[in-house]
Amino acid sequence: MVQQLTTGERQNALVILLCIFVVGLAMAALGGFDPFGVHGVVVMLYSGGIAALVMKHYYDPEPAPGRQSQYYDDPIKVAIAFSLAWAVFGMFMGVWTAAQLAWPDLAFDSGWSSFGRLRPTHTTGVIFGFGGNALIATAFHVVQRTSRARLAGQISPWFVLLGYNLFCIVAVTGYFMGVTQSKEYAEPEWYADLWLVVVWVTFFLLFLATIARRKEPHIYVANWYFMAFIVVVAILHIVNNLAVPISFARAKSYTIWPGVQDAMVQWWYGHNAVAFFLTAGFLGMLYYYLPIRAQRPIFSYRLSILSFWGITFFYMWAGSHHLHYTALPHWVQNLGMTFSVMLLVPSWASAGNALLTLNGAWHKVRDDATLRFITVAVVFYGLSTFEGSFLAIRPVNALSHYTDWTVGHVHAGALGWVAFITFGSLYTLVPSLWKREGMYSPALVEVHFWLAVTGTLIYVFAMWNSGILQGLMWRTYTQEGTLAYSFLDSLVAMYPYYIARAFGGLLFLLGAMVAAFNIWMTVREAPAAAEKQADIPDTGLAPGASPAPAE
Amino acid sequence: MPELFHRKIERTAIGFVIAIIAAASVGGIVEIAPLFTIHQTVEDTPDMRLYTPLELAGRDIYIREGCYGCHSQMIRTLRDEVERYGPYSLAVESKYDHPMLWGSKRTGPDLARIGGKYSDFWHVAHLTNPRDVVPESNMPAYRWLARTALDTGDLGLHLRAQQAVRVPYTDEMVANAAADAFGQAAPNSPFAAGVTQRYGEKTQVSAFDGVVPRLTEMDALVAYLQVLGRLTDAAYANTAAPQQAPNPTN
Ligand code: HEC
Ligand code: HEM
Ligand code: HEM
Repeated sequence: MVQQLTTGERQNALVILLCIFVVGLAMAALGGFDPFGVHGVVVMLYSGGIAALVMKHYYDPEPAPGRQSQYYDDPIKVAIAFSLAWAVFGMFMGVWTAAQLAWPDLAFDSGWSSFGRLRPTHTTGVIFGFGGNALIATAFHVVQRTSRARLAGQISPWFVLLGYNLFCIVAVTGYFMGVTQSKEYAEPEWYADLWLVVVWVTFFLLFLATIARRKEPHIYVANWYFMAFIVVVAILHIVNNLAVPISFARAKSYTIWPGVQDAMVQWWYGHNAVAFFLTAGFLGMLYYYLPIRAQRPIFSYRLSILSFWGITFFYMWAGSHHLHYTALPHWVQNLGMTFSVMLLVPSWASAGNALLTLNGAWHKVRDDATLRFITVAVVFYGLSTFEGSFLAIRPVNALSHYTDWTVGHVHAGALGWVAFITFGSLYTLVPSLWKREGMYSPALVEVHFWLAVTGTLIYVFAMWNSGILQGLMWRTYTQEGTLAYSFLDSLVAMYPYYIARAFGGLLFLLGAMVAAFNIWMTVREAPAAAEKQADIPDTGLAPGASPAPAE
Repeated sequence: MPELFHRKIERTAIGFVIAIIAAASVGGIVEIAPLFTIHQTVEDTPDMRLYTPLELAGRDIYIREGCYGCHSQMIRTLRDEVERYGPYSLAVESKYDHPMLWGSKRTGPDLARIGGKYSDFWHVAHLTNPRDVVPESNMPAYRWLARTALDTGDLGLHLRAQQAVRVPYTDEMVANAAADAFGQAAPNSPFAAGVTQRYGEKTQVSAFDGVVPRLTEMDALVAYLQVLGRLTDAAYANTAAPQQAPNPTN
């Protein structure tokens, strides 16, 4: 890792780390025992730890002069490790919170472990920790391979990756201490948000600079999605997190947005976190790893264009479907509903494009568990977007809103689509990145696949049942015209489903642990692949290998 | 075949980024900007009052503990919700809320009109261990709230920041924040009068957790729960079938 840096770069890295360390020191001094101060210590430990690593290898030999004609894969490898660690952590938190809903005393009577504080550790752990690191890994990989160019920086990829993980660590440790803005998926406080802006702008510039080095005249489809993911998330993040801290020595802040406007801004953000974090970025993965794994070009280039711009344009209108029948003005609710229904067209265009790409390779889907991960992901993508458009229709939402049906929809998307496409991509990426013949154990990939499928189905069916049951119980009237069930009746009816969900989630978690083990063993033990084709950037001599979009 | 126009955009990274920003900006601008300019978005109500410092501290605890992950504070305009929880929520009721706490999940019931529904004593018992009061409940126990002293030192800073986001706290309110927090939970103390003077006669002044001299996080949280839905009576006037505002004798 450090060996890949020249002495000058090692010095620069140390300077940056020192600056961050000083910021942490200042935070600790100003904040004292406030969580702000504790986070100062976290920043110091993190930057100090990395600096120690750099110093340990400071006098290692310089990299060979040819490094610029190689792809830069070290940060990708570390990103994959982070992603898997967060997957296990985040899903463990998911199982724990799920269990708390069934057995509330599992909080052990402490503040840090009560449901309200653990819930965001789960969502942040899986979305930003697991998903985000996988996105960074694949974005770095795809942009280099499809542009046939090396990443446009030596230190900046590390800055993006390690800085991003610092953000995640500050976020999660904050929740345990009760530091949260309460905005779903934007819980971290102002200082973490500011830091993420710095990291994200670097990410954007790095990505753009790498694209600018490309040896292909055209930017490949997958990169469109990664670009949309990076750019739009930046806009959303900044607008939703505008806030006034009570002091520059305290963690607490108040958002500038009041009441109903805050609701609209929050769900404009929230829904597009789904769109550009949980969808666009992962579609980027799909458009690269699917054709690679299936060894077939993308079915239709025109369909890719249609779905890309449809998604980019329509999604941003849809946020108000989270606020049906609330105090938000009606015209906004109706706009949100309309665009959500139209959103089905580009969504299914992507899903259809992917399935038609597979057409003719079904025997591979049958034999290859990795390709099956990708295929199932596409099916769940189609399913959850259909469900989403359906839930956005006002009368349907009247039933589903506030219930477990939403949670069922979320996890059909999150487990079925996001996690499946990620694991499918990782199983494709890992052997090629570490130059192995294949995964350490194809049988374990198969085991993971079935654990994941079973877990997802149990989870989603339990939540569909409980959600619809709950919604119906809340609105059922007796013949005398009074409400038939108390709230408590509906709560008692939920317990069997909460237990089932915790069990389904446990299977999914076990699958993720199997994946982490298998990938670890692949790196350590699997036999090296014979060099088939040079996997190097185009320096003007050798023709590289990159998937061409079909016309 | 003539070259698709799109093939041109694909050749310029900057152009592509600008196109993405343009396509993605429209929706948000059209839906968000008018909410600030169209006057009817938030109703006018003369009787809307501010959270007292103690209630604001309670609200911050509500946020800190993630109560919003299980409880909504937004009664929708649907018959069964109005019958179960009370008149549907109006935009003006969260006018001073930074952030709003409408929530998206009802593992527990809606709390938009919980104020006045139960006694302080009930809330303290319930928060201490919900299963003592409601055996079937899966709500976490919050025993430590009654053991933890409320940090009033920063309350002035909190009100100052609220001023900065345009909640109309006066400088006098900011200056007296800590004293008012104490006074609201100590009915017979010299500080109590200032609270009603500054925040209105309807402010509930009581020994929320039952113990006067010590101001705890439990005091603050219960004070907040008791004011929910009672910052204004507008919702009761507005509903098709008018309802009585709760008026408990605590
Ligand atoms: C795990 C989800 C969960 C969390 C977190 C949670 N609650 Fe609850 N809450 C419930 C459930 C379920 C009920 C209904 C059963 C009962 O009364 O205990 C409830 C009931 C209530 C009630 C009574 C409502 C009524 O109309 O009877 C109040 C008040 C309340 N909770 C306040 C809070 C506060 C304050 C917090 C945060 C400190 C909180 N809850 C956190 C699930 C939760
Ligand atoms: C091991 C598997 C998992 C389990 C057991 C699990 C469990 C849970 C639980 C119990 C909740 C709270 C639901 C509630 O409040 O009623 C939740 C919420 C959530 N989870 Fe998971 N989860 C798992 C995996 C994932 C993954 C992989 C993702 C994303 C990639 C994810 C994303 C979310 C999101 C976004 C929410 C918030 C939903 C909402 O607010 O409506 N989960 N999960
Ligand atoms: C066409 C696409 C989609 C549409 C129209 C859509 C629509 C919706 C609707 C109507 C809700 C319920 C809002 C409510 O009642 O509170 C919702 C919730 C949610 N959806 Fe989707 N959805 C789509 C795709 C997806 C995908 C692919 C994911 C991926 C993981 C996803 C993740 C979520 C999450 C996390 C929530 C919960 C938000 C919360 O309450 O915290 N959605 N969506």
